[in-house]
Amino acid sequence: MNLKNPVLEIRNLRASINKTEILKDLNLKIHKGEVHAIMGPNGSGKSTFSKVIAGHPAYKILSGDIIFNGESILKLEPEERAYLGIFLAFQYPIEIPGVTNLNFLEQAYSSKLKATNNEDIDSFKILEYISRKAKSINMSETFLYRNLNEGFSGGEKKRNEILQMVVLDPEVAILDETDSGLDIDALQTISKGINTFMTDKKAIILITHYQRLLDYIKPTFVHVMRNGKIIKTGDFSLAQELELKGYEWIKES
Amino acid sequence: MTDQSDKILNRDLINLANQPYKYGFRTNIEGDTIEKGLTEEVIRIISKKKNEPEFLLNFRLRAYKKWKKIRCPEWAQLNFPEINFQDIIYYSAPKQLEKLNNINEVDPELLNVFEKLGIPLTEQKRLTNVAVDAVFDSVSVVTTFQKELEQYGVLFCPISEAIQKYPELIKKYLGTVVSIGDNYFAALNSAVFTDGSFCYIPKNTKCPLELSTYFRINEQKSGQFERTLIIAEENSQVSYLEGCTAPKYDENQLHAAIVEIIALENATIKYSTVQNWYSGNKKGKGGVYNFVTKRGLCAGNNSKISWTQVETGSGITWKYPSCLLVGNDSQGEFYSVSLTNNYQQTDTGSKMIHIGKNTKSRIVSKGISTGNSKNTYRGFVNVNNKALGARNYSQCDSLLIGNSSNANTFPYIFVQNSTAKVEHEASASTIDEEQIFYLLQRCFCVEKAIATIINGFCSEVYEKLPAEFSMEADFLLSLKLEGSIG
Repeated sequence: MNLKNPVLEIRNLRASINKTEILKDLNLKIHKGEVHAIMGPNGSGKSTFSKVIAGHPAYKILSGDIIFNGESILKLEPEERAYLGIFLAFQYPIEIPGVTNLNFLEQAYSSKLKATNNEDIDSFKILEYISRKAKSINMSETFLYRNLNEGFSGGEKKRNEILQMVVLDPEVAILDETDSGLDIDALQTISKGINTFMTDKKAIILITHYQRLLDYIKPTFVHVMRNGKIIKTGDFSLAQELELKGYEWIKES
Repeated sequence: MTDQSDKILNRDLINLANQPYKYGFRTNIEGDTIEKGLTEEVIRIISKKKNEPEFLLNFRLRAYKKWKKIRCPEWAQLNFPEINFQDIIYYSAPKQLEKLNNINEVDPELLNVFEKLGIPLTEQKRLTNVAVDAVFDSVSVVTTFQKELEQYGVLFCPISEAIQKYPELIKKYLGTVVSIGDNYFAALNSAVFTDGSFCYIPKNTKCPLELSTYFRINEQKSGQFERTLIIAEENSQVSYLEGCTAPKYDENQLHAAIVEIIALENATIKYSTVQNWYSGNKKGKGGVYNFVTKRGLCAGNNSKISWTQVETGSGITWKYPSCLLVGNDSQGEFYSVSLTNNYQQTDTGSKMIHIGKNTKSRIVSKGISTGNSKNTYRGFVNVNNKALGARNYSQCDSLLIGNSSNANTFPYIFVQNSTAKVEHEASASTIDEEQIFYLLQRCFCVEKAIATIINGFCSEVYEKLPAEFSMEADFLLSLKLEGSIG
């Protein structure tokens, strides 16, 4: 048991979209230094869970609370949650035509600095910082000069999400199926990026379908989500068991 | 979209485009203003005030006769009350302006006006790489770098000065691209035009500076009828930019301009506009009526004319910068960003007339409409039977913000030979809430997110603007959008 205060705590959370309840009494505590893997069959509410934490306006919170470092963030706008240090790597990264990746990263990073420290850094330093981060995860500079996700392959989009993560350097990163659609090489690169990012001051939520990713990134906990709630929690061996047996054998407790 | 997600758009977007118009001040400058109304007598007065040669007076009178016979065009997607032409002042000049040889003779108040507009004209402060002709109501106030340009043989001066100094050039070219009876507003302009810019680039010369004209309407009742004529001789090159603003008045002011440009063999002319006339208030009261005829003639083989426009102002805009591609292998281009907000109405686009062999044209139009505005693209591509191997590519994208704005696209394509290739692509979209959410998640605020998406949408056109002005256009657009989105 971790006696310290969790960095992120989800309490009895119920949420709906278009009047359909997706999250039903979800509870989760995440401490710094932990990697939580969330697995579960399609339609169990995993992506909804990630978007609700990030504050997507399409979802309605019916009851419960989301606590970040001791404060409820339910009333905060998505960008305010981002300033606090919540990052969501999108399952389907969005294309923004005509906006270069570099311009986007510069604006994102400078907005965060501005919001958190009220700090203005000159753009040359920002550029240097971004190139360094790109290098740290083996992304070539040419990536930076392409338009944001426009014409990117599936793997490139996912790597780009990881680049954004390391640039914004959040406290809690939620990675929504960042591994899906990747070949082995890309998976290794991404895992390396995630492992470099991870320290005892950070926490990661990995939403995934496959044990494969967990071979590279060792989870502290593995949760099984089904029908909008967490029905089983275990360690890495649970992921191995799921890989063999599927989800059907687990009954809601 | 759900109600919840609408909220995200509505939250700050409502405040986004209603940023006050910062150029709306009026300056008290003693003026030499004639009585309002339009008669043959008025035209004679204007011509006399400008001490014009007789051929020009005749040109004006012929245009006036034509104008009286033509009717105001009604085919555009624009609604406005009938214009009372007798209620307009056709000549208004700041006093003391006899002949300016020296910037120090210019009324400091006038210089202040332009400085406030971001166009410093005094020698200490003027832009170093741009020559500026500043036009205030009916007359040109000052032209910078004239002497320096003369060393290259480049003539850059107010058109009224050119009429005095270079009547042969004026006689040869004025009205050759836009004839006096071309259309209602062109005829009006030809009858009453007061000032504007004249540029002449001699053979084998690349103009060493960007040329720029800055137009300012000040007088409440006055119309602005400027006339610009640019001639690029063989193997020459020039890049020209015009900018415009006006004070805020509850009444509508009329602006009916003509721009004629002529490119001879191997010449290249790039003409850029950043148009920011007063657009009226939130309820649509006031604003400039902007009826403009802009046309370029690619007369020589291998010549090129490129129009780039960023249109954000005016209550009503009616303009179709066009290219007549007469020379073989000549090229025409039109890049446009048109942003409308509140009750603005815009009917704009381009005409590409292919006459020479292997002529090429390209149209890229980006329309953004928000508030209760109407934004129409109207384009005409005509390939003549002699224009063998002609090519055109047109792309019209509309971005709609909010649910009360309106976007239309009317492409007319007329092809008379089977060797032509003509392509037209069009799209209409709204700002995707998922794009906004993505940017918010990446620490952008809503305004910044929208500005970023819109700038991305327009990037293809911005790239075509002279570097000095693409930042300005960017900034102008985000200013305009502030408060507009709902």
